[in-house]
Amino acid sequence: MATERIQMESELRDRLRAPATGNEAVEAALSRRYDAGFVTDIESDSLPPGLDEGTVRAISARKHEPEWMTEWRLKAYRHWLTMTPPHWAKLRIGPIDFQAISYYSAPKGPKYKSLDEVPRELIETYDKLGVPLHERAKLAGVAVDAVFDSVSVGTTFQKELAAKGIVFCSMSEAVKSHPELVKKYLGTVVPQGDNYFAALNSAVFSDGSFVFIPKGVRCPMELSTYFRINAGHTGQFERTLIIAEEGASVSYLEGCTAPMRDENQLHAAVVELVALDDASIKYSTVQNWYPGDENGVGGIYNFVTKRGECRGPRSRIVWTQVETGSAITWKYPSCVLRGDDSAGEFHSVALTHHCQQADTGTKMIHIGRNTKSKIVSKGISAGRGQNTYRGLVKIEKGAEGARNHTQCDSLLIGKRCGAHTFPYIEVKNPGAIVEHEATTSKISEDQMFYCRSRGIGEEDAVSMIVDGFCKQVFRELPMEFAVEAKKLLEVSLEGAVG
Amino acid sequence: MLKIDNLHVRVAGREILKGLSLEAKAGEVHAIMGPNGAGKSTLGNVLAGREGYEVTAGTVEFEGQNLLELAPEERAAAGVFLAFQYPVEIPGVNNTYFLRAALNAQRRQRGEAELDSMQFLKKVREKLAVLHLKDELLHRAVNEGFSGGEKKRNEIFQLALLEPKLAILDETDSGLDIDAMKLVADGVNAMRDPARSFLVITHYQRLLDYIVPDVVHVLAEGRIVESGDRTLAHELEAHGYGWVAGRHAPAGAA
Repeated sequence: MATERIQMESELRDRLRAPATGNEAVEAALSRRYDAGFVTDIESDSLPPGLDEGTVRAISARKHEPEWMTEWRLKAYRHWLTMTPPHWAKLRIGPIDFQAISYYSAPKGPKYKSLDEVPRELIETYDKLGVPLHERAKLAGVAVDAVFDSVSVGTTFQKELAAKGIVFCSMSEAVKSHPELVKKYLGTVVPQGDNYFAALNSAVFSDGSFVFIPKGVRCPMELSTYFRINAGHTGQFERTLIIAEEGASVSYLEGCTAPMRDENQLHAAVVELVALDDASIKYSTVQNWYPGDENGVGGIYNFVTKRGECRGPRSRIVWTQVETGSAITWKYPSCVLRGDDSAGEFHSVALTHHCQQADTGTKMIHIGRNTKSKIVSKGISAGRGQNTYRGLVKIEKGAEGARNHTQCDSLLIGKRCGAHTFPYIEVKNPGAIVEHEATTSKISEDQMFYCRSRGIGEEDAVSMIVDGFCKQVFRELPMEFAVEAKKLLEVSLEGAVG
Repeated sequence: MLKIDNLHVRVAGREILKGLSLEAKAGEVHAIMGPNGAGKSTLGNVLAGREGYEVTAGTVEFEGQNLLELAPEERAAAGVFLAFQYPVEIPGVNNTYFLRAALNAQRRQRGEAELDSMQFLKKVREKLAVLHLKDELLHRAVNEGFSGGEKKRNEIFQLALLEPKLAILDETDSGLDIDAMKLVADGVNAMRDPARSFLVITHYQRLLDYIVPDVVHVLAEGRIVESGDRTLAHELEAHGYGWVAGRHAPAGAA
């Protein structure tokens, strides 16, 4: 059987590669690949590469930040200097030269006071990415904060949201307009010195979104931030903070893309979520950073710290992520379940193709009584992709009646990829119930033949099988995102058969 | 419709079919019987285009074209359907979605217009009625968690919906109780048509009481060793396969 499989695979590969087969659809699909890989030609104001206290001060100065914010950054920077990059992840990462990166880049000119002032090139960029910002074409029912390199260029629906007392703006704006909220919550979920990349982010973070949903308010629309890296040799260090007060609820989406470049660009974000009593926050990500080419040249290094705290009783935080991009993904959206009866969920699809590597998962820290968590992780590896699930379920002593269910599935496509699972379970309360289920499967020859014998071509069969595999997670995404995520997986898997 | 001439097939280096010839005309039902290991399933797989089956000699013509040079999905579009002995589970993929994707992929390849959801659903209802099936199977993932009987019925439902010209039933009766077998047979009989041919591969004569064949072939040692009308199936039932093998001992054997 093994030899048949090899033979089949090499035949499929040959068929997919050889233009002589005249399969124009496949050819076109293969050359399409990464739709978001264009560069916007716009003059930018960038800091020269390099990182020292002067850089931190310069970023803070460009953003006209108050003194306390500058000091907060410097404290983080000084702490970062004492730290070393983490090496525990199952990733092969070349050394990152932090002095070769520019830590701030923004389109030139004065800050746009309203969306009307945003230059045409930028509006067009977001149009092209499917995120229209201007009045006429605004996405119905979705408010968007558009972050371009280091700055937010505009936020839609701000007025409508403000009428309900909701604050949705860029982080830079929040530091000025709502300093008391920022001071109260920033760094309380992910402290400045939490880890190497979080410390770096705390020192040099440029922009990101700030969301505040006041007591008892259900946010009437989806909030979303679209992160775009454009300039070369820059890093993007965004910081997002979402606060849902007592009884409030919000659903937030995040999308990311970057141009195709043969350099590795660094993206080190921090996201903090705070849910007070009875509040609920749903945070969804479709991450499509440039993954590098098929030989592993270029692509984004995605080192992200995302953590939510269910601070109040009966609060709920749900993370849903679809990770198809980046050369390297290092990301563990986590929940600290402090409030009694609070609940955390993590739903993830991570796909690695070609030379992509992902080490991703979650941490569920049960502190309160009767806290519940659910983890559904779907890893797909194709080409030479390496996909690692790493998760921690920790039940503290006082977490009477805590429950966790973890389901961790891996799907392999081809013979050169890898799937790895590292579940850590620490239980200090004997009454806790912790369940872990894991499967690893391959798209079998039988499944492929079954689909093909019914008339479905190879590429479509693979998409269909993968889509079925991810169904459980896609169900958690808002409708439009689910469609987008499905398309993204199809594009990301092109040429993966064999 | 189908003309197989002197077909030799190797699987994993072993010759399984050793000069099989068979001809089926439109509207005919051919039963292929034979002992275990005779090459019955190999025949079905090779006609549907499964990888790993190496044709070393012989030809297969389907409606005048060389079937062997087509990819499996092209054979499906051309009108070949294989009902699997062991239907495959595809977790998370809705059965209805799968069927529509399959039907539309075939229609696309044939240059026909695709069916939209409404048109497709209408067709599904028609076929369900003809086969006396409930629609519960449609809402589940393809074969996932189906019982043996449900899987086989789902195969027959696909057959009804895809309306192939040549349907190959690979031991569709295996593992079925008598009631389930009758249901499957009823489905097949409802699909009999002057323009459609069937190859019914089976181990036992029992199925042929319900699906009455025009021709019965005995496949042994990789070859059709005897063909006849339906009475041949009864003789086999009475005497066993050893009886045929004894009458057609390969040259050189004792």
